Amino acid sequence: MKYVEEYRGAEAAHRYARALRSLVTRPWTLMEVCGGQTHAIVRFGVDQLLPPELTLLHGPGCPVCVTPVELLDKALAIASRPGVVFCSFGDMLRVPGSGGDLLSVKAAGADVRIVYSPMDALALAERLPAREVVFFAVGFETTAPASAMAVHEARRRGLRNFSLLTAHVLVPPAMEAVLATPGRRVDGFLAAGHVCTIMGMEAYQPLVRTYRVPIVATGFEPLDLLQGIHMCVAQLEAGRAEVENQYARAVRTAGNAPAQAMLHEVFEVVPRTWRGIGPIPASGLGLRAGYADWDAERRFGVSAVGGREDAECQSGQVLRGLLKPPECPAFGTRCTPETPLGATMVSSEGACAAYYRYRRFIGPCAPTSP
Amino acid sequence: MRTDIPLSCPVPLRHTTVQLAHGGGGRLMRQLIEEVFLEPLPSPALAERHDSAVVPLGAERLALTTDSYVVTPRFFPGGDIGRLAVYGTVNDLAMSGAHPLYLSAGFILEEGLAMEELRRVVASMREAARECGVRLITGDTKVVDRGKADGLFINTTGAGRVPEERSVHPRRVRPGDVVLVSGDVGRHGIAVLSVREGIAFETPVQSDCAPLAPLVAALFEAAVDVHCLRDATRGGLASALNEIALDGGVSLAVDESAVPVDEAVAGACELLGLDPLYVACEGRMVAFVPAPQADAALEAMRRHPLGAGAARIGRVTEGPAGKVSLRTRLGGQRLLDLLSGEQLPRIC
Repeated sequence: MKYVEEYRGAEAAHRYARALRSLVTRPWTLMEVCGGQTHAIVRFGVDQLLPPELTLLHGPGCPVCVTPVELLDKALAIASRPGVVFCSFGDMLRVPGSGGDLLSVKAAGADVRIVYSPMDALALAERLPAREVVFFAVGFETTAPASAMAVHEARRRGLRNFSLLTAHVLVPPAMEAVLATPGRRVDGFLAAGHVCTIMGMEAYQPLVRTYRVPIVATGFEPLDLLQGIHMCVAQLEAGRAEVENQYARAVRTAGNAPAQAMLHEVFEVVPRTWRGIGPIPASGLGLRAGYADWDAERRFGVSAVGGREDAECQSGQVLRGLLKPPECPAFGTRCTPETPLGATMVSSEGACAAYYRYRRFIGPCAPTSP
Repeated sequence: MRTDIPLSCPVPLRHTTVQLAHGGGGRLMRQLIEEVFLEPLPSPALAERHDSAVVPLGAERLALTTDSYVVTPRFFPGGDIGRLAVYGTVNDLAMSGAHPLYLSAGFILEEGLAMEELRRVVASMREAARECGVRLITGDTKVVDRGKADGLFINTTGAGRVPEERSVHPRRVRPGDVVLVSGDVGRHGIAVLSVREGIAFETPVQSDCAPLAPLVAALFEAAVDVHCLRDATRGGLASALNEIALDGGVSLAVDESAVPVDEAVAGACELLGLDPLYVACEGRMVAFVPAPQADAALEAMRRHPLGAGAARIGRVTEGPAGKVSLRTRLGGQRLLDLLSGEQLPRIC
């Protein structure tokens, strides 16, 4: 497959691994911010190529994982209303709220549908004028412009049966939360390439200056990751802390201006609670007053129902890089993809899900053959 | 870095209602079968958990299997529900080493289904049965109210004869056996999904749906002592490998770069965030054969048009039952796990 296989070559990967071995002189801990990067690392075995001095920690960049329980509970409440068609990206469907997940309300009769884009949900609203179509807008700066575009179009076309349940979050404030955590282990970041494609690189300059950590915008293929790691370690070894761009084939310093303009037109920055981490100021996006009529929370009048988090779940520690998934006592025992305690075990970008799916070595009692 | 995680037994799952994932060919489906069906319906043949039950009938051995077909859309590039209903059941017979002989067909029709469409499906079944050399000898028809079924569901039951000397079964799989796959994987799932989701390709992906009995016959004609066969259907190649590893009580080591995947299928999977190793096939099988006969088996498969793309993808190893490990293209190691249910497309 052209333009993908080139970034997965074993020979080039091993060359990078050798280069890293000769570069490293002492232990370093890097955090890859995005869950997509985490899954690529574990799926391709990128970490298994690294010299023992290097540790990768998995960051908070899984939008499904950080969507707060109370918002998920609102989603379940809205989806259960008669007449509602509730549209979501596929990987939100198994995430546990306080009373079940979207798949279980679907099994109980709710009309829950997987869409690939918010524009698909908008098309559905146009096709089904007698139904209320709600899109669960989850994601970072990468997916937010498409949500913004859908609402913008809904207003332009006068589609009143479409609304957005907004859970969009911003990456730089979460990275700052990681850096400000007492006892942090992170020496440098691989920033999420797709987020930088939209937003550019400027937002990372204050973090680099304040906390003296290298930040390298990095892609998602094995060679992207290895090159990003190499750039980050080269900075650390040289005592530098700068913003650099590994993912130059997609990321421009200023980002994607039309996408940013659309974001700014529809959304404003709001405080947001992150599942497992807690409230982070100025870390989310909410609809501006001019688009309030397309706000599902307002339209359906769902109030916060005091989302209950399982006390045993340590996903907050995992998301902040304080704990690796297998270090959690519940991992693989009381917490599995079938009986998840938190979202990180079921999201396709969740770190716990990645370790369970790719690294859990089956013991004498395999889960399915008791 | 390597992470060995010892596991204690997980809490058994107790869903109060049936979820779609219970039919996804993954871990939840295995649990459903074990807890809801196998426990209250004990029988030695059922407990074998093979694609067909093989039971004595006089001096001979009868293979019996049944399967229901509910695919949407009913017509897709490379096949249709009628073709699938014949091939799928005939393939399950072939996977136990049986010569397929007879089929029954049960039709559940929704009020309002176009008669012309039903005729096309039946014509397709006739053609497929002729191709497989099986006879359709009995049937049943039910019509349900509009809204009580999705147009057309078909159930077929197949009966076949197992030659005296043959024993094809997960229990016969031994450490050292070589794992072969009969062709590239994931075509059927992507062909169906491309129609369902309206995804257009430069070259449309055709379903691989095909009868496998001739390919099985080719293996036996080449005097290969086939230990086990399994067709990769729902849940794809990965699920078929996990089932054999669990039921055969062995570990498997699979080489990712050796698994054939068509370029268009790989591209569609990248786009949709799916792993082709878990995407459905309808005309592919895995064969477990003794290492000394692996080359002969591969050659026999490749000589047949249905096995032209056959490849050697791994081997059976000593180790815990049900562990399937994958050597990644970069040379790393990871699990090729049984999924919970079906794959869900990811956010970005």
